[in-house]
Amino acid sequence: MKLNIKKIFSKKAANENQDEFDFSRFKNIERFLNEIGGLSRFAGNFFCELFRPPYEHKEFLKQSYNIGLSTLPLIGITAFIMGLVLTLQSRPVMVEFGAESWLPGMVSVSIVREIGPVITALICAGKIGSGIGAELGSMRVTEQIDAMDVSGTNPMNYLVVTRVLATTFMIPILVFYSDAISFFGTYVAVNLHGFISFPLFINQAFDSLHYYDLFPATIKTYFFGFAIGIISCYKGYYSENGTEGVGKAANSAVVISSLAIFIIDLIAVQLSEIIHIFSM
Amino acid sequence: MLKQKININNDIVNTQEAVVQIEHLKKSFNGNSVLKDINMILSEGENVVILGKSGIGKSVLIKCIVGLIYPDSGSLKVFNKEIAEMNPRELNTLRTKVGFIFQGNALYDSMTVKENLEFPLRRNKTITDSHIIEGLIVEALENVGLVDAIDKMPSELSGGMKKRIGLARTLILKPDIILYDEPTTGLDPLTSREISSLILNIQGKYKTSSIIISHDLNCAKITSNRMLILHEGVIRAEGKFDELKNSTDEWISSYFKTD
Repeated sequence: MKLNIKKIFSKKAANENQDEFDFSRFKNIERFLNEIGGLSRFAGNFFCELFRPPYEHKEFLKQSYNIGLSTLPLIGITAFIMGLVLTLQSRPVMVEFGAESWLPGMVSVSIVREIGPVITALICAGKIGSGIGAELGSMRVTEQIDAMDVSGTNPMNYLVVTRVLATTFMIPILVFYSDAISFFGTYVAVNLHGFISFPLFINQAFDSLHYYDLFPATIKTYFFGFAIGIISCYKGYYSENGTEGVGKAANSAVVISSLAIFIIDLIAVQLSEIIHIFSM
Repeated sequence: MLKQKININNDIVNTQEAVVQIEHLKKSFNGNSVLKDINMILSEGENVVILGKSGIGKSVLIKCIVGLIYPDSGSLKVFNKEIAEMNPRELNTLRTKVGFIFQGNALYDSMTVKENLEFPLRRNKTITDSHIIEGLIVEALENVGLVDAIDKMPSELSGGMKKRIGLARTLILKPDIILYDEPTTGLDPLTSREISSLILNIQGKYKTSSIIISHDLNCAKITSNRMLILHEGVIRAEGKFDELKNSTDEWISSYFKTD
């Protein structure tokens, strides 16, 4: 009898433990879903404001100029080194297989299809994303965004729409610029171990490129730009807790934008593969 | 501790049309009740100063009036229109009639003084003529005595000058109501007095109604037609400055002790 009572008690205890299930372990998931929901709503607001006047074309041009010009030197240097290193690293393998002459073509395909867009977008996520996150974050904590709100001006239109459009349109241009500089880096690297004339190099490089290399790579750069703009603006726009919050906003703008770039790249690669298979 | 609101002078209000009416307003943050039951009226052409300890919810109250924060319950009417029932367009229209001076000035630091003043004007008024806009900017700066600072950046201005520019930026839309969030905080006594006189002059010139949040008793003395004391989420006392100052109630007079 005693044993039975013990069993009942132990069952009860087990039930009680189930009732007192610790839901706090799901808080991170809840926070993640809240963040996704908030970002989606923010993106929705962006599209609503995009077609609503006044159109802040002056601010858009100013932001485009700032974003484009400020990143040109950094992207230029990185792209040159990227082309140079990629060629130098690939060369021994190509020489081993007696395919040294394919080097310009192989490197150009790698740069145009994958490395150029992704590396450029990651640099932009670091430089532009942190800049936007910190700028809007400091505007939020110093009540400048509230000041726009209470003066009947729509801060979403002036601050967010212009910046997101600027990143969306500037990053593809920066990727083209980066690709061109990388090609030059490749040309220099090829000439370090031999000689190839510039027209022949260009001929070999472009001969390996096809329409389906360039088109998906270009399309995805618009999505990279949009993701960097919208995530950075979202983190900055809703930053809180003073200067500490500004730092966090800038930091998370970079981290989440970088993660988004890889996710978009993964989706883009899968989609372009599917489209390529169906078009063959 | 007072249990009921002490209304020293009931006849001050209700003689003119109310531009802001607040009834049983409540607001809490994360379960912490900040505003428990606020009832107040701002009449046309009146300057009301709200006193209270730091963190008691004074700024929250005026942010509710412009729709920056939404109350949990209660009624908040501005020009007889319920704020909570307004759509974004109506709220934006209302906001052009209600000016807000922020405690930290909130000047746009990437813009010059001229651009700071031009910004709300170009986006809210249908004026496109640059000469008219320039004229309105100069007029607003003349009102605050800072025409010379027109091309300066906010970082080049002193604290008092920033307050004045913030005021000029609000005045440029010719609001009917102005909400001041601690307009003299962080300023020296002389500049505080100048800002207080400026608030009074503006009320006289533009016939505005104002709510002024302040800890500065000199500012309250100069600017107020009526004063409210906010305590533990409710308005505990109400009256003219001298009446509250000379009150026999120890709790009220404690707010006016300077030593």
